[in-house]
Amino acid sequence: MEHGATWIQSSLIYLGAAVLAVPLARLLGLGSIIGYLAAGIAIGPWGLGLVTDPAAMLEFAEFGVVLMLFLVGLELEPRRLWALRRPIFGWGTVQLFGSALLLTGAAVLAGVDWRLALVAGLGLAMSSTAIGLAVMNERNLMATTAGQSVLSVSLLQDIAAIPILAIVPLLVVGGAAEAGGGWLGAAKAFGVIAAIVFGGRLLIRPALRWIASSDTPEIFTATALLLVVATAALMQSVGLSMALGAFLAGVLLAESEYRRELETDIEPFKGLLLGLFFIAVGMSIDFGAVLAHPGRVAAIVATFLILKAIVLWLMARTMPIPPSERPVFVILLAQGGEFGFVVFQSAQGAGVLGAETASLLVAGVALSMLLTPLLLVLADRWWAAHLARHPNAPGLEEIHEQQQEPIIICGFGRYGQIVGRLINANGLSATVLDHSAETVEGLRRFGWPTFYGDATRLDLLRTAGADRARVIVVAIDDVDQSLKVVDLVQQHFSQATIVARARNATHWYGLNARGVKYIERETLDSALMSGRSVLELMGWQAHAARTQALRFRRHSIEILHQMAPHQGDQKKLISIAKLGRQQLEEVWSRERAERTSLAKRLRGGSAWSAEPEGDEDPIAD
Amino acid sequence: MAEVLVIAAHPQLEQSRVTRQLMHAAAAADPARVELRDLYTLYPDYLIDLPAEQEALRQARLVVWLHPMQWYSMPPLMKLWLDEVFAFGWAYGRGGEALRGKDLWLAASTGGPEESYRPDGYNRYFFDAFLYPYEQTAALVGMRWLPPLVLHGAHRIDKGSLQSHAELFAGRLLQWPAWPEIEEMEPAPECEVPADARPETP
Repeated sequence: MEHGATWIQSSLIYLGAAVLAVPLARLLGLGSIIGYLAAGIAIGPWGLGLVTDPAAMLEFAEFGVVLMLFLVGLELEPRRLWALRRPIFGWGTVQLFGSALLLTGAAVLAGVDWRLALVAGLGLAMSSTAIGLAVMNERNLMATTAGQSVLSVSLLQDIAAIPILAIVPLLVVGGAAEAGGGWLGAAKAFGVIAAIVFGGRLLIRPALRWIASSDTPEIFTATALLLVVATAALMQSVGLSMALGAFLAGVLLAESEYRRELETDIEPFKGLLLGLFFIAVGMSIDFGAVLAHPGRVAAIVATFLILKAIVLWLMARTMPIPPSERPVFVILLAQGGEFGFVVFQSAQGAGVLGAETASLLVAGVALSMLLTPLLLVLADRWWAAHLARHPNAPGLEEIHEQQQEPIIICGFGRYGQIVGRLINANGLSATVLDHSAETVEGLRRFGWPTFYGDATRLDLLRTAGADRARVIVVAIDDVDQSLKVVDLVQQHFSQATIVARARNATHWYGLNARGVKYIERETLDSALMSGRSVLELMGWQAHAARTQALRFRRHSIEILHQMAPHQGDQKKLISIAKLGRQQLEEVWSRERAERTSLAKRLRGGSAWSAEPEGDEDPIAD
Repeated sequence: MAEVLVIAAHPQLEQSRVTRQLMHAAAAADPARVELRDLYTLYPDYLIDLPAEQEALRQARLVVWLHPMQWYSMPPLMKLWLDEVFAFGWAYGRGGEALRGKDLWLAASTGGPEESYRPDGYNRYFFDAFLYPYEQTAALVGMRWLPPLVLHGAHRIDKGSLQSHAELFAGRLLQWPAWPEIEEMEPAPECEVPADARPETP
């Protein structure tokens, strides 16, 4: 921080610049990131010169990225992270090493020393996690294929940064530097990760419970921050990525009951620090280096953007990512990133890169980060123009016109569609929201007026008419998002009745605990219909099979209600389930016995089947 | 659980005038005295909850059947209710005495006007002739059959008459058993079902 400037003064500068520049940039349709970057340029050494030492601020503000990854982790339970292992290690590796290889090759062809080319290639192949995820959040694309892919690739880059930083000193021309701590370092790193995993599972949750019970909200916030800072510090102490550690801690807490509180507590810190981070990036663009060799910087930026874009476009085609999401995916990952800064700095420190080359590369990366939001705006315009030229092509603009229908269906996949068709055929109309671009595109092609939008967003729900709707159908297949929508509706639109789809029993309990009355388990009825078919094929009268299926259904729901208050008590749950099953079996076997003996008497002793008889009552005949 | 139990059945309530109005009247009465069980709302899937129905009957002293006449009889879900709830060994037959001594009152409506229920009308019989199965049902389970409340020509009735009909119905629910006609009535006839009428269940 600037010498002599008091804490108040620098707060004044940063906050003032952000408050002025960000709304202005948003007003111009450029997004908040451009606003922050512009604010940084304006107050930095090459603008008004209000701040002269951007590097210190950059280091501090990097903590915003750490907080962001903690939040990303909170959204991702271990199970879902495990499901992402292929995109992370497969596609992430393809992106990083494919790009690095192409870049190195291009540099070598241009006559650069191979070691220098390799360092530059690896550094430039990295992308900005901060901008990538922030843009995805801002555009609400996190849950889309492109969003998940950007996240996967970013995670791999975070992981790969560690070995890359370790090999950079080895590339000193003619020199032989020490390679970190060798085995000891690896063992330490492993130990820290193990400590985070086990600590997160065994210690942090009880600790949070204890602190939450003290009923001091600010201490809970402090705890949340401490948690992230401590994890980051632990990771840093063994030379691992702080962001990766925070991400890991987030994933481990994704299943805890304090997830929502942690999220709301950390969110504002993340937002501000991330803003500060972008300001710092803006400040650190070395316009001196750019102006000294404008041609070379432009060539570097253009070359690495194009080469990375080629790799990414090929990936997007083969993964595949829906066409409408490809421009965002390519642009967000084509830019350079904050890890590039670190790689180049450490390479300069190790003597692999000269000071001039390093500042050229850093300036290139920073410029590409500045270009990214602009490129996105251009891509949006281009896409809009493309749509205008092909009026039949489905537009993927989010829902923005106020809707008035009395019914809203959130999630219009296999489940929601059936609900929608039934009510539509009865002359009712519903506002349909779905967050998958593919689904929306497909449905519109079939003539269903579907809106694109994430129902977990309050503003979109409001636009969909939730404050007037009588019924809101929550047919989203993601359990967490479904519960999130239910929470939102109950909090803000209590006049609406919720009709919910439950993915499984756990989801059912979650909905039931929130007081939702109309819950259907998605497989129950279709499975019962199959059961009915089996009974029929085994000789039951069709109507008798139907009655038994309906009775079973009622029994199953009753048991679920009985079990609901005992969530978490495995023993009790098992005993209720067992008892319920036993009772049902006893009742039914008694009925079968009665009917068999009756049939025997009526037919003179020939009980040819245990099939229930309808006309057992001679008086009624 | 109330002393007066109204069992209502109308499969197309949105098209109903009379039954709906009478159901409203019953629902408006003090729930401690009058319980309304709307079968088509309770059992849209025709899966009747036997224990619940039998318990409601056990508590009641006056049972009211409220339904439109359909093909000279009751709507199908009500018939299913009757078949299943008035079970052998519970409502009649050996040990079947749960309903003995209670009163049964029918509140029905017909589409045809009163004059159609005459030998020269298109329904060819007086309306009473269609009620023999009801009366005998009551007799077999030991219930006293009260004079039914019937509204003919339900499609043509004007608002005012419908209103006063509903008021009459509601008033009777509240006054029972202090009805003038009840004082002159005899207790239900005894109908003993011989032991060999149907095979015994073990």
